[in-house]
Amino acid sequence: MGTLKKLELAVGVFVVLGLAAFFMLAMKVSNIADLGEDKGYKITARFENVGGLKVRAPVTLGGVRIGRVVGIDLDPRSYEAVVTLSIEPKYDRLPTDSGASILTSGVLGEQYVGLEPGGMDEYLKNGGSLKLTQSALVLEKLIGRMLTNAASGDQPPTKTP
Amino acid sequence: MIEGLQRLGRATLFWFNRLGRATLFLLRLLGALAALGRRPGLIAKQLYSVGVLSLPIIAMSGLFVGMVLGLQGYANLVDFGATSSLGTVVALSLVRELGPVLAALLYAARAGSALTAEIGLMKATEQLAAMQMMAVDPFARVFAPRFVAGVIAMPLLAGIFTAIGILGGYFVAVQQLGVDSGAFWSQMQAAVRLVDDVINGVVVKSVVFGWVANWIAVFEGYDAIPTSEGISLATTRTVVNTALVVLALDFVLTAIFFGA
Amino acid sequence: MSATVPASPHDPPDESPLVIARGLTFHRGDRAIFQNVDLDIRRGGITAIMGPSGAGKTTLLRLIGGQLRPDAGRIEVDGACVHELGRRELYQLRKRMSMLFQSGALFTDLSVFDNVAFPLREHTRLPENLIRTLVLMKLEAVGLRGARDLMTSELSGGMARRAALARAIALDPMMIMYDEPFSGQDPITMGVLIKLIRTLNDALGLTSIIVSHDVKETASIADYIYLISDGLVVDHGPPDALERSSSAWVEQFLHALPDGPMSFHYPALPYAQDLSLE
Repeated sequence: MGTLKKLELAVGVFVVLGLAAFFMLAMKVSNIADLGEDKGYKITARFENVGGLKVRAPVTLGGVRIGRVVGIDLDPRSYEAVVTLSIEPKYDRLPTDSGASILTSGVLGEQYVGLEPGGMDEYLKNGGSLKLTQSALVLEKLIGRMLTNAASGDQPPTKTP
Repeated sequence: MIEGLQRLGRATLFWFNRLGRATLFLLRLLGALAALGRRPGLIAKQLYSVGVLSLPIIAMSGLFVGMVLGLQGYANLVDFGATSSLGTVVALSLVRELGPVLAALLYAARAGSALTAEIGLMKATEQLAAMQMMAVDPFARVFAPRFVAGVIAMPLLAGIFTAIGILGGYFVAVQQLGVDSGAFWSQMQAAVRLVDDVINGVVVKSVVFGWVANWIAVFEGYDAIPTSEGISLATTRTVVNTALVVLALDFVLTAIFFGA
Repeated sequence: MSATVPASPHDPPDESPLVIARGLTFHRGDRAIFQNVDLDIRRGGITAIMGPSGAGKTTLLRLIGGQLRPDAGRIEVDGACVHELGRRELYQLRKRMSMLFQSGALFTDLSVFDNVAFPLREHTRLPENLIRTLVLMKLEAVGLRGARDLMTSELSGGMARRAALARAIALDPMMIMYDEPFSGQDPITMGVLIKLIRTLNDALGLTSIIVSHDVKETASIADYIYLISDGLVVDHGPPDALERSSSAWVEQFLHALPDGPMSFHYPALPYAQDLSLE
């Protein structure tokens, strides 16, 4: 009956190993940390064009991730995109005149919202909104502008007296 | 020409016949599960032979696959300066596809074939008939414990394969190739979703594959012709059929979960 | 005044037969294994079913045990029609029947002890110490008590059959069926098996059915013999009656004559003709 004990022990270890593997997958590999994050306060920002921004994209300030995008909607009357950001509670000193831009990480990476701090002494609270926004750069428009610049670059710039 | 068509028709009918037999077998197997609940010791013994004894091949293969992914991923990403995404590449490849699929194929080769051979041999040496004559149902005593143990073992093995693979990729990427450790893990954590990737990938797929692999293995043993040649054929069929079905199901599941 | 002659085991008992087959018909493919066969197996004695290979002797045991269903006719065991029973009743009946397979069919992953204990553990709720006693008793009866911890792979052929016999009597059945018990055994083992089958049958009050083509050994302990060939019962009776049978086929079979109704030569052209055609 000693072999039975060893066998049961081996099976127990095996099951524990398997569960530990899944635990590791859940904790270290996946974004489970993100799942508990809705303690943040919500602010909105309006953009003309959100480009390729997706829900759950990061929100950074000075390169540091302080929150994420939790909603992207369209305002049917002003035809503006309304992006809802969830900021972690510990970053509660965002001046109300801060600016938000939609940037791209790297040349071909995913898009995220970068914040620039303003100078006011009042800070954003839950439900607040950012007024200064810069929309995403749309590649086609960029190229179009480059082409028109190149075309008009042959003529000397006209100077107004 | 006509003969070819006739043979095709016969083969198709034969295949349907087999599928029907296999389904009836599965139903009878499920019916015997209730009786099994009173004898958990039987499952433990089988868990040892299909689970614990498969650990070496699963762990070693996972390690090598992960390391290769690290190497190949690096070779392809370095041209774009995107080696910080290596963690994501390794993790997603393993979690979504390679983990469950490769683990299932290795399981079929090691544990599935062993199950088929064992049951086929019991049939050939009249042990199953003897059991029936002793008024013991082989479904409850022999087939169901092996099936249940295999269904439990498959996801555990796939999880271990995936986890070790990611560690292998980490080792190659960070220790050998100089990818930044922080970037490796943080990019991975940002990109790998718990429900969408891990659960739908490794967990769901390996559970489905576990059902399929063990069903085929046990049925082929039960259905084998009770001669040494018959058992050898049945064992081969287990590995081949499991591979085909797993790969086909993988396509279906990938389309469902990860298709655009 | 009635002199009560003590009933000898060789006297045909006057109870109803334990197994009755009437009009038994069974086909495999287009071959008729049995055609309208009638059989009676008497209680308490050893009945032998003999015949050439492929005559369907093993099939008969399977039919009696309910593993196969006849195409026509009836088989009754102890009054119950075997092929009409539901699964539960069939299993209940099988607990009282026992079969010794040609290879022994011991479970290869269990020791001798665990093999013999298997029916007891599966079908009774006896405590382990009682099971141990019973197992040791059964093993003692077949002479293998000292071998109880050996694994199946460590047993010789004869020992495996004895162990299987111990397992077969574990639940004290009413009937044991022996499928070719003597085939391929050395003389000593054969002698042991012959002695065991007879002794157990008498000591435990069993009914034994032996299927065999080892004429000498089987006839030495059988109380009654059925000879089967080509799906029909060729002859039946106690061994000495068959010895005196007038059938040439019976004589060829019982005396192992190389030529007779079962001819030595496979059907062919006349010899001279074949040679000169060269």
